[in-house]
Amino acid sequence: MSDPGAPSRVRIQNGSLPNPAGAASNGAARRELGLDAVFDVSDVSVFYGAKKALSSVSLRIPRSRITALIGPSGCGKSTFIRSLNRMNDSVPAFKLEGQVLYHGHDLYASNVDEVEVRRRIGMVFQKPNPFPKSIYDNVAWAPRNLGLKHELDERVEQALRGAALWDEVKDRLKDSALGLSGGQQQRLCIARAIAIEADVLLLDEPASALDPIATASIEELMHSLKGRFTIVIVTHNMQQAARVADKTAFFGLDASTGEPAGTLIEYADTETIFNQPADPRTRDYVTGRFG
Amino acid sequence: MSGAVVDPAAPLTPTGNLRRRRVFSRVAEFGATGAALFAVAVLGIVIYTVVVRGASALSFEFLVTGAPTGIAPALVGTALIVAVATAIAMPLGVMAAIFVTEFAGNRVAGVSKLTLDLINGLPSIIIGVFIFGLLVANRTQSGFAGAIALAIIELPLIARGAQEVLLLVPNNLREAADALGVARWRTVLGVILPSALGGILTSTVLAVARAAGETAPLLLVSSVFDGKEVLLNMSEAMPNVPVRIFQLSEEANPEGFAQAWGMSLVLVSFILFASLGARAMHARSRRKMSS
Repeated sequence: MSDPGAPSRVRIQNGSLPNPAGAASNGAARRELGLDAVFDVSDVSVFYGAKKALSSVSLRIPRSRITALIGPSGCGKSTFIRSLNRMNDSVPAFKLEGQVLYHGHDLYASNVDEVEVRRRIGMVFQKPNPFPKSIYDNVAWAPRNLGLKHELDERVEQALRGAALWDEVKDRLKDSALGLSGGQQQRLCIARAIAIEADVLLLDEPASALDPIATASIEELMHSLKGRFTIVIVTHNMQQAARVADKTAFFGLDASTGEPAGTLIEYADTETIFNQPADPRTRDYVTGRFG
Repeated sequence: MSGAVVDPAAPLTPTGNLRRRRVFSRVAEFGATGAALFAVAVLGIVIYTVVVRGASALSFEFLVTGAPTGIAPALVGTALIVAVATAIAMPLGVMAAIFVTEFAGNRVAGVSKLTLDLINGLPSIIIGVFIFGLLVANRTQSGFAGAIALAIIELPLIARGAQEVLLLVPNNLREAADALGVARWRTVLGVILPSALGGILTSTVLAVARAAGETAPLLLVSSVFDGKEVLLNMSEAMPNVPVRIFQLSEEANPEGFAQAWGMSLVLVSFILFASLGARAMHARSRRKMSS
């Protein structure tokens, strides 16, 4: 939203963006403009075996901002977000073409360790998945395993405060996390990612299994996390995207090359996507005429 | 043709060949019920016979003295042999199960499972002959050789049982741990094994119950003893329950028969209680995991 200039599709904007290496040198100014890219995705296609799931996606995800991925089911949003921290690697016959640069590093280069990738790029899933451990241990487990044992209690408290959960659980840290409500469990999962000082939070429909009140608390949380983290969120809920996101990417089906596959239709500032979309398909979707 | 047409207004009582089909269905149902009752009856008759004939031999003295009045050496021997066998088979079995469920690809996992099933299907006398040729021929019988033979019998039971419970551990826990940048082995130790522990212990107890009664391998590798004293040296043949039952039953001595029945009662009680206890434990851990 702080981007200057007329509403335009990001490919055009991309043309004026400096490369990530250049961005590092005068990072402060870039950050102010919200142009500093954490992810630079170019021409990415994803295949599961012979089936093409995602076709030729290019976009830049700005640092310390919230980027929402919207669109109908089955058009590759989850596939795309899971490709950003290599969670798809465990899917049999997964294949990715194109390039995903993370702070200028090729995420899929042969010398990149996917465990290290996920340590920096955390992910929260559709269904809350706390470990069957205490609330404290859920947050402390990963830092302990990553050698961040110094002042663990403070780390856990900071993470739980960061996830707006501390006041609700501070008196029962030793209780099982499975006793928390769905919304609390989801915030606990976010706290886990904060505790390892992740750089990016990928949220794959984090509120779709929650009631409206829990959803509101997650959205509030995202606003408070903005600035500290780069956040990418997949959502089915367009109002949610409009409320929380700075940038919005609209995914749809592209049937132009034979078998239909998901692809990026339009990517721009959230306001632009919802008020002056350039593509008629985006307009149909955001006005509720389809999907 | 006219026979095939049913008058919709006719009374709803059986007509034509429905009567015959009814009779046939009844006969089949009775046959199946009878077969099931027979199976239960076999177990009942075995337990009844063992209890009736063995109860008179039971006494405190019977359990704590050596031959000719008691069976203490055999009990101690079996406990030692089975304990060492389990100490060998449990870590191997659990590691094999972890390999199959957490690390192996589909094809390797299939081959591993098939191998374990084949070992499970090996007649125990074959395992006895194998260990006899490997460790006993040209040397001496030993409790240790017996333990290794029993370990081979326990291994597939523990491995397959552990595999089943590891597969019950929800996949989203693995994803959660992956997304925190924790290496898979740490995840296995910290999240997956604790969730599966109950089931793993259950299958181990079942394997112990099975091994405690195995006779054939021990006849070959640990059968030369008089049963008078408790022996603790595993590098020599050790008295044990199944072989002692066999010896006493072979002798033309009515007192020996009574003792053999008494030992059988002790063995059957142990196996029954171990199996039932293990099942109860399994049901509990399943409930815990699904909640």
